[in-house]
Amino acid sequence: MGRKLLLEHINVPGINTFDVYRSKGGYASVEKALKMTPEEIVEEVKKSGLRGRGGAGFPTGMKWSFLAKPEGVPRYLVCNGDESEPGTFKDRYLMTHIPHLLIEGMIVSSFALGANTSYIYLRGEMMPQVRILERAIAEAKAKGFLGKNILGTGYDLELYVQPGGGAYICGEETALLESLEGKRGNPRIKPPFPAIAGLYGCPTVVNNVESIAAVVPIINEGGDEYAKIGIGRSTGTKLISAGGNLKKPGVYEIELGLPVEEFIYSDEYCGGIANGKRLKAVVAGGSSVPILPANLILKTINNEARLMSYESLSDGGFVSGTMLGSGGFIAYDEDACIVRNTWNFARFYHHESCGQCSPCREGTGWMEKVLHRLEYGHGKMSDMDLLVDVSKKIEGNTICPLGDAAAWPVASAIRHFRDEFEWHVTNASEATSRNYGLAHYADPLKVVETSPL
Amino acid sequence: MLRVDEAQEPVEFSPELISKFDEIVSRYPQGKQKSGLLPILHLVQAEFGWVSAPAMDKVAEYLSILPIEVYEVATFYTMYFLRPQGKYVLEVCRTSGCCLVGAEKIMDHIEKTLGVKEGEVTPDGLFSWRGVECLAACGFGPVLQIGPEYTFYENLTNESVDKLISDLKAKAKN
Ligand SMILES: Cc1cc2nc3c(=O)[nH]c(=O)nc-3n(C[C@H](O)[C@H](O)[C@H](O)COP(=O)(O)O)c2cc1C
Ligand code: SF4
Ligand code: FES
Repeated sequence: MGRKLLLEHINVPGINTFDVYRSKGGYASVEKALKMTPEEIVEEVKKSGLRGRGGAGFPTGMKWSFLAKPEGVPRYLVCNGDESEPGTFKDRYLMTHIPHLLIEGMIVSSFALGANTSYIYLRGEMMPQVRILERAIAEAKAKGFLGKNILGTGYDLELYVQPGGGAYICGEETALLESLEGKRGNPRIKPPFPAIAGLYGCPTVVNNVESIAAVVPIINEGGDEYAKIGIGRSTGTKLISAGGNLKKPGVYEIELGLPVEEFIYSDEYCGGIANGKRLKAVVAGGSSVPILPANLILKTINNEARLMSYESLSDGGFVSGTMLGSGGFIAYDEDACIVRNTWNFARFYHHESCGQCSPCREGTGWMEKVLHRLEYGHGKMSDMDLLVDVSKKIEGNTICPLGDAAAWPVASAIRHFRDEFEWHVTNASEATSRNYGLAHYADPLKVVETSPL
Repeated sequence: MLRVDEAQEPVEFSPELISKFDEIVSRYPQGKQKSGLLPILHLVQAEFGWVSAPAMDKVAEYLSILPIEVYEVATFYTMYFLRPQGKYVLEVCRTSGCCLVGAEKIMDHIEKTLGVKEGEVTPDGLFSWRGVECLAACGFGPVLQIGPEYTFYENLTNESVDKLISDLKAKAKN
């Protein structure tokens, strides 16, 4: 059993209430942190090696130490609960079941950054979670953990929950800040970075829900202890949202470094592929990361076991690797159509492009159209090169990384499943009615048999 | 698209609604009341079922901003309805994770059962439906949500959808 730092108590009845949460040691990190200096807290987070759980994996302690501290200017902490990356559903899960963990992390983190007003920005569809968090905030406030003069230390903090309006792009941190200011979610040109000029032009840190929650065990146990968990520069535990054709989809907390094969096939985690089917492909870190065929997700090109860590998943770069991203893990069985799936993703990115940059706005539309015609039997052999060409023209030429996020899934699908795309052209009428039959990507490796459930 | 050819009757905001607006605006620093725009539009939609141009003008007036600042926000985000909808709007996730476990069949079933296409309203005014993008519940798909509470219904089957629709019909009668 791997260690559980975030979800340990998730099944305790009533853990969503202050009293039960507190009885399980909740809010201890606040009591501890308020006796430390903000610099000491930042130091612990640095030592922990925690990397941002929102997708980019940027070291959290380092991000915090970049925060500008001009005299007389307020600083803000904004929690990113937009969670719209297809395949990712860990933050909603965490906030629904153990909301006080996020509130606790927000208090400690706000104190470390010197923020007296902090916001939790949730995607607008998370109205139930808005209510859950607001109730938890009211409870914490009634117990003296929020508001004026917290625990008699003289530290004041107000915490608010802000719903968005339904737009994936508002997960991008500068679009999120625009949205929080009551505007369209158009990403800002960087620099200046939010650490210098963020919310209302003031120094701001934006962190993912899971990153903020991880600060709680880091303060409780110490940064060095946290860093002992995991592997190499992938320290600690990570929430993985496992979906698609798995026997037991759901949110799992893993120690980073767990073999991918164990994650997919062991009974402790996903329990293998549903309905006795074989694995064809995996999107390991949310829709934006390259898709990999089964053989390459289980083993690297050098035949080493692939691990659930930042480094191992990206081993092989874009040629044969992928990324841990947000931990949105989607498994595709032998019946899944890669062309249809790629079209689905392309439609998503076209729909979600904010439209500021022409390569993204136009390119995502092109890719969607070309993939649509391939899927529906009107494709041409030259379409694959056309798609790769369009994706290259988007990549790196846009204001925000959504452009890249739209380009990579398409380019990687063609790289690894080109024969399936070609089959859609050569067998056009069949392609509309049935899936690519060969499915020769399904578990080319010898897979350990797990006992039937 | 913002359409101004709909019935655009003038609206009144009740004192209760205004006091909810006031509470929201108190969350931001002095002069940053525009931050309340998205939450306020949600309240307006919950009250009236959609956001009409006159309602947006009123919101602009309340926040002391230009009407265009409200229009551009309401048209950018996907959750605001710019025309009247059914009393219950079934929003089904149509993204990859849910498609792997049958979301497209669920949408076909909803279309057949309600007898209206995506975006249209049933003749009794009770229902409309549409596909939306990933709702952060991919492991529990197929999923749909119904506003203004945004209640979630997970692991959908044709049978659970039928039951949901008949429950909502019964609820609307009472
Ligand atoms: C298009 C796009 C969507 C994003 N969506 C999210 C999101 O839903 N949640 C999130 O935490 N970060 C998201 N990010 C990453 C944020 O910009 C930012 O890096 C992150 O919130 C920082 O928090 P962290 O350092 O704790 O990971 C997104 C980035 C891009 C480019
Ligand atoms: S890359 Fe796309 S989403 Fe990002 S700013 Fe440009 S148009 Fe908007
Ligand atoms: S794909 Fe449907 S909720 Fe994520």
